[in-house]
Amino acid sequence: MEKFGRLTAIVAPLDRANVDTDAIIPKQFLKSIRRTGFGPNLFDEWRYLDVGEPGQDCSNRPLNPDFVLNQPRYQGAKILLARENFGCGSSREHAPWALKDYGFDVIIAPSFAEIFFNNCFKNGILPIVLPEETVDQLFREVEAQEGYMLTVDLEAQTITKPDGEVIHFEVDPFRRHCLLEGLDDIGLTLQHADEIRAYEERRKQEAPWLFLHLREIAEKYNQI
Amino acid sequence: MAGKTLYDKLWDEHVVRQEEDGTALIYIDRHLLHEVTSPQAFEGLRLAGRKPWRVDANLATPDHNVPTTELKGGPETIEDPISRIQVLTLDKNAREFGILEFPMGDLRQGIVHVVGPEEGATLPGMTVVCGDSHTSTHGALGCLAHGIGTSEVEHVLATQCLIQKKMKNMLIKVDGQLQPGVGPKDVILYIIREIGTAGGTGYAIEFGGQVFRDMSIEGRMTVCNMAIEAGARAGMVAVDEKTIEYVKGRPFAPTGELWDRAVEHWKTLHSDPDAEFDVVIEFDGAQIKPQVSWGTSPEMVIDIDGTVPNPDYESDPVKANGMRRALEYMGLEAGMKATDIPVDYVFIGSCTNSRIEDLRAAAEVVKGHKVSDRVEQALVVPGSGLVKKQAEEEGLDVIFKEAGFEWRNPGCSMCLAMNADRLPPKKHCASTSNRNFEGRQGAGGRTHLVSPQMAAAAAIAGHFVDVREFL
Repeated sequence: MEKFGRLTAIVAPLDRANVDTDAIIPKQFLKSIRRTGFGPNLFDEWRYLDVGEPGQDCSNRPLNPDFVLNQPRYQGAKILLARENFGCGSSREHAPWALKDYGFDVIIAPSFAEIFFNNCFKNGILPIVLPEETVDQLFREVEAQEGYMLTVDLEAQTITKPDGEVIHFEVDPFRRHCLLEGLDDIGLTLQHADEIRAYEERRKQEAPWLFLHLREIAEKYNQI
Repeated sequence: MAGKTLYDKLWDEHVVRQEEDGTALIYIDRHLLHEVTSPQAFEGLRLAGRKPWRVDANLATPDHNVPTTELKGGPETIEDPISRIQVLTLDKNAREFGILEFPMGDLRQGIVHVVGPEEGATLPGMTVVCGDSHTSTHGALGCLAHGIGTSEVEHVLATQCLIQKKMKNMLIKVDGQLQPGVGPKDVILYIIREIGTAGGTGYAIEFGGQVFRDMSIEGRMTVCNMAIEAGARAGMVAVDEKTIEYVKGRPFAPTGELWDRAVEHWKTLHSDPDAEFDVVIEFDGAQIKPQVSWGTSPEMVIDIDGTVPNPDYESDPVKANGMRRALEYMGLEAGMKATDIPVDYVFIGSCTNSRIEDLRAAAEVVKGHKVSDRVEQALVVPGSGLVKKQAEEEGLDVIFKEAGFEWRNPGCSMCLAMNADRLPPKKHCASTSNRNFEGRQGAGGRTHLVSPQMAAAAAIAGHFVDVREFL
C-alpha cells in the first residue's frame, strides 16, 4: 500500500445521510474479479442518466448535471464531505476501491458504518469523523466558496481551512501508523505466527470440536 | 466484579494477542466464502506467495450470481459472462487452495448464511466471518459472527486471525408474547425502525427476553441477520436447549464424547445474570404489528395499519430531506395507507427468509389462494438445495406453483439482483429480503421489506394487506 502523505485538495460535498454501499457502487459492477477500474462507476445511478452495465465505456454516457460530482467546480476533488452513517449496508470493499479509483483519499463525515470505515484504512483512504456542527459548517463553506480546499495532515491529525483555522481530528494510533507507513496488515500479523500457533494448540485441548476436518467429514458423508 | 456478557465471553475466548491500545488479534474458527468478495483475496495470496493458514477452517459456496432457473449444465453454461467468470473463479480457487466447496449442482449449495448453520459448519461459540455483511446471521447460534471486507478475507485466509477492537455491549430485550401473524421479521424491522440504521453502530447486540427465548433458531437467524441493518456488525442470541437441539446430528457437528464436551461448554454461552451492558433497550413484543417498509432505508418502516409519514413533521432537516427523496423514489404520497401500496412483484427468499420455516409460513397463507392478476411475477427461492428438497418433500412447491408462484433453484436471487432475477424500474416489490436501498433489487426498483407471511398475503391481494386477516 502507498504511504499516506499530507494532502491539499478540493472538497466535494455529498449532502445525503445514510449513503449506502449499493449507491456507492451498484451491484452489477461487483462482478469484476480485480480491485481496480471501479472509479467510472462510482455513484453510478446518481451520476449518469442511463443504466450502467459492467464493461461499458462510461466516457460517452449522459451525465446527470444535478449530481454534485458532475459540477465543474468539484472536478479533481480528493476529499469527500459526507453526512451521517456513510457507507452503510453491504460489506463490499468495492465501495472504497471505487472511491479511491475515482480519486478520493479522504472522507469526512459525522459518522461512518463500521465495516466500510475499516475497509477504508485497508485501501489507503482516511475516513475522518468530525462533530456534526463542524461538518455542517464545512458544508456551508464548501458550497459558498468555489475552489474550496482543505489541507489534511495525518501525521499532525489536523485539517487546515482556507482561512487558516485548524481542526484537530482523532484517529486510531495503530491505523494511523499503518496508513503513514503504508504497512500490510497480513505481514504485521504474521510476525506473531508463533502466538497464533500456541493459541491453536491450547484451543485444540480446550475445544477440539472446533478443529474437525471439514473435507474428511464431507467426503465420508458423501459415501453414506 | 460484574459478570460477563455473552459477547465478552466469546471475545475473551478468541484473543490471541492483546495490544496496549485496545487492538487485539482475534482467532477465527470458521471462514465462509462466496464468489463476489473472494477473488481479489485469493489473487492477493497468490501474488504474495502465501497459503491459507488452516484450509479446514474454510467453506465456500457460490450464491450471489447463481441462476435460479434450471441450467442444462454446470457454471460454464451461465449466460451472463461476468457472473460465469465469478462462479468459475471460486471453483478454481477452492480447487487450487484445497478449500471445501459446495459448487453449483451440489445439493448442499445455497446461500452461504443458510448453508453454514444447516451443515453444522457454524457451531455455538465460534467466531464466524465471511465477506458479506449478513454474516451476523450466525449469531443466532451463540456465535460471534460478522461481515468483513475483501482485505480482511485475505487476512483471515493467510493468518486465521483478524485485527479487531472490542465493540460495546448492547442488550435489546423484547418481552411478552407476539401476536399471531407477527414473526421474527416483524420484530427486527420494528427494532430497526425504533433505534435507526445507525442505532447499533459500535455495538455487538445481544437479543434477549421472552420473545427470543420463544423463537425458533431459524427465527433468531432472521433477527440476527438484520442486526447489520441497525448498524451493528454482530447480533447474537444466548445458547439454550433449542440451539443444542438444532445443531445435533448436523454433518459437521461433533459426535460421541466430543459432542458431550461441546454441549457442556455451549451451556455456558449466555450473559451472566449480573453482566453489565453499555446500553439496554426494551420493547414490548405484544405491541408489535406486522411491519412494512415504505422508503429506501430499513428504518423507514410502518405498521401495516399505519400510513406513510409526512416529512413536513420531521424536525431534523437532513432526515426530512431523506424522507422527501425516498417518497419521490418510491412513488408514494405522505399520508397514504400502507394497505393502499400496490404490489407488482413478490420475492420470497434471501439469507433473511429462505429457510424451511419461512417457506412453510408463506405456504400456509398461500394455500388455496391464487396470486393476484396485478402481480407480474412472484418468486419463491429456497435458501439451499437441501431446503428446496425438504420443501418439495412437504409438498410446499405444489402449493406455491398452484397459486401462481415460480419455484426456483437456491441462490441470493432478487435480493440484490446480481443474477438474472431483477426488479424492473418503478415496480413495487413485496420482498422478504433485508435491504430496500435505491436500486438494490434492480435499477429504479421499489422494494418493500416484509415477512414471508406478509409477502404471501400481498401476492394474493395485489397490494399490502394485514396478514392477520388471512389467519
